[in-house]
Amino acid sequence: MTAKAKAAIIGPGNIGTDLLMKCQRSELIEATWMVGIEESAGIQRAREFGLKTSTEGVDGLVAGFDESPVDFVFDATSAYVHAENSRKVTALGATMIDLTPAAIGPFCIPPVNLDSLLGTGPAQNVNMVTCGGQATIPMVHAVSRVQSVSYAEIVATVASKSVGMGTRDNIDEFTRTTSSAISQIGGADEGKAIIIINPAEPPLVMRDTIHCLTKDAPDESTIRDSIDAMVSEVQRYVPGYKLNNAPIIDGNRVTISVEVEGLGDFLPKYAGNLDIMTAAGLRTAEMIAQRRTA
Amino acid sequence: MKLEGRKVTLHDMCLRDGMHPKQHQITVDQMVDIAGALDDAGVPLIEVTHGDGLGGASVNYGFPAASDETYLRAVVERVSQAGISALLLPGIGTVDHLRMAADCGVTTIRVATHCTEANVSRQHINLSRDLGLDTVGFLMMAHMVSAEELLAQAQLMESYGANCIYCTDSAGYMLPQDVTDRVGLLRNNLKSETEIGFHGHHNLAMGVANSLAAIDAGADRIDGSAAGLGAGAGNTPLEAMAAVLERMGAETGIDIFKLADAAEDHVLPIMDEPVRLSRDALVLGYAGAYSSFLLFAKRAQAKYGVPSHEILLEMARRKTVGGQEDLIEEIAIEMAAKAS
Repeated sequence: MTAKAKAAIIGPGNIGTDLLMKCQRSELIEATWMVGIEESAGIQRAREFGLKTSTEGVDGLVAGFDESPVDFVFDATSAYVHAENSRKVTALGATMIDLTPAAIGPFCIPPVNLDSLLGTGPAQNVNMVTCGGQATIPMVHAVSRVQSVSYAEIVATVASKSVGMGTRDNIDEFTRTTSSAISQIGGADEGKAIIIINPAEPPLVMRDTIHCLTKDAPDESTIRDSIDAMVSEVQRYVPGYKLNNAPIIDGNRVTISVEVEGLGDFLPKYAGNLDIMTAAGLRTAEMIAQRRTA
Repeated sequence: MKLEGRKVTLHDMCLRDGMHPKQHQITVDQMVDIAGALDDAGVPLIEVTHGDGLGGASVNYGFPAASDETYLRAVVERVSQAGISALLLPGIGTVDHLRMAADCGVTTIRVATHCTEANVSRQHINLSRDLGLDTVGFLMMAHMVSAEELLAQAQLMESYGANCIYCTDSAGYMLPQDVTDRVGLLRNNLKSETEIGFHGHHNLAMGVANSLAAIDAGADRIDGSAAGLGAGAGNTPLEAMAAVLERMGAETGIDIFKLADAAEDHVLPIMDEPVRLSRDALVLGYAGAYSSFLLFAKRAQAKYGVPSHEILLEMARRKTVGGQEDLIEEIAIEMAAKAS
């Protein structure tokens, strides 16, 4: 077996640490850098795992790059600082996997368009859309690949404790980025996204409703088969992704409801919305790495 | 209770909260007609938006008869003295919708969040304030937290630039003491220039009583609805509220008889069925569920044969918040499966 591809993680918070723990299990990716802007519990933990660390942001990674280069950089910071991080990282030749909603690079929903992204050559920067997008766009696509969808709308309900300040400060970015990815990647003519935050204790597991309006009368059995196949695809990297019940078909409306439970690596299990981002980010890096070594 | 000489701003909801029982199908002509009648009666503020706020047009909540922009432009054109407000729920509407509403000529933007999630409203409240609009922070389902927790959230909204903070009883669950505790604490701790408001639902028939408790505890603005047209058992009936306040010597600037005419001759005729304290509405208020769930539960009952009031009870049990209408059909399917 060939050596694993090396990766840096920018952002030693909950997301970055969860990603680190997922990398520990990966057969294709090895996390070798953790990048923060100050000493923190996350930096300390990464050090204990034997990673190189920077507490001077991405500049620390740039300074140490020749000595310890990486193939991939995951950005788990915020849209505000992503552009600068991306510029510096891609100048070094590493591929940026963007977990912020900055969306500089093309959107990537692994089971939907990662193959076609790989087909168009090595993207320098790919964007993981939003948690709501990762959880729902596979379902939009599952319908749109078998029947034309004029409009798709998703409602993501997430536990208050799983929504960080980055998302809260700019919740419109969630709405906008998810909406545009529903149409661009999901294949609906028009997309709309809604996010509901619920503070109940114990925290609820992420739940998503996906409404698709088809142009012709929905063909129930074809749609069900397509959805089931797509659920299996997502379960390859998020085992806790499941349909709540059979799709509801009412006139031209197809309504799908899913629940996303995380693996509970570092983030709690209810935070399936965060888990699906880190899992999708890692899956993207793995598939790019596999393609390069093949 | 002495309210002699108190100035109270009454804010009408029938063209926004009333969109729920109308399934968002109030026509532009009806909106203009009703807004005109309310304006003539001296109602100082009238809310006009999709029931779930700007951008609420959706499969999930229902597509309206016309766009928010069409409604707002038509109503703003018609009124002479009244200000027009629009509601915005972050997560559903965005700053783009807010800019559109401002461009239509609204005087007031009300930014609504669940009572524990005020920090999603920063960008919207900031923008509304920057645009020079009367900016209200609207804390929904306020019965679900203590007065102290509500105050902490109110202070966040105040710090973003809201000049008025609402204690919003979306479920119609509160009793007068609940209102007194919350509004009183807000009044004692928010800036003296920050106004306080109360939004009630009539699910336990407490709309007027709770609103009086709010005013007594320091509230300046009270929401109500002509003919009560609103979600659940409706909002506080505005004409009754205005009449009670006049009897008590408070000042609202409203002509009671003209408002009663507006309710009777303009609002009542557009109702699909009478807004009343039905069994479903009672359960909303008794158990504490979001009032606009009512019609969704009735539709689920018709489709799956599960009693709507039991669906609503389950929604309350699961501590759902405003906007979770999509869970209703799923709960009905689960209940139907268990019953069979």
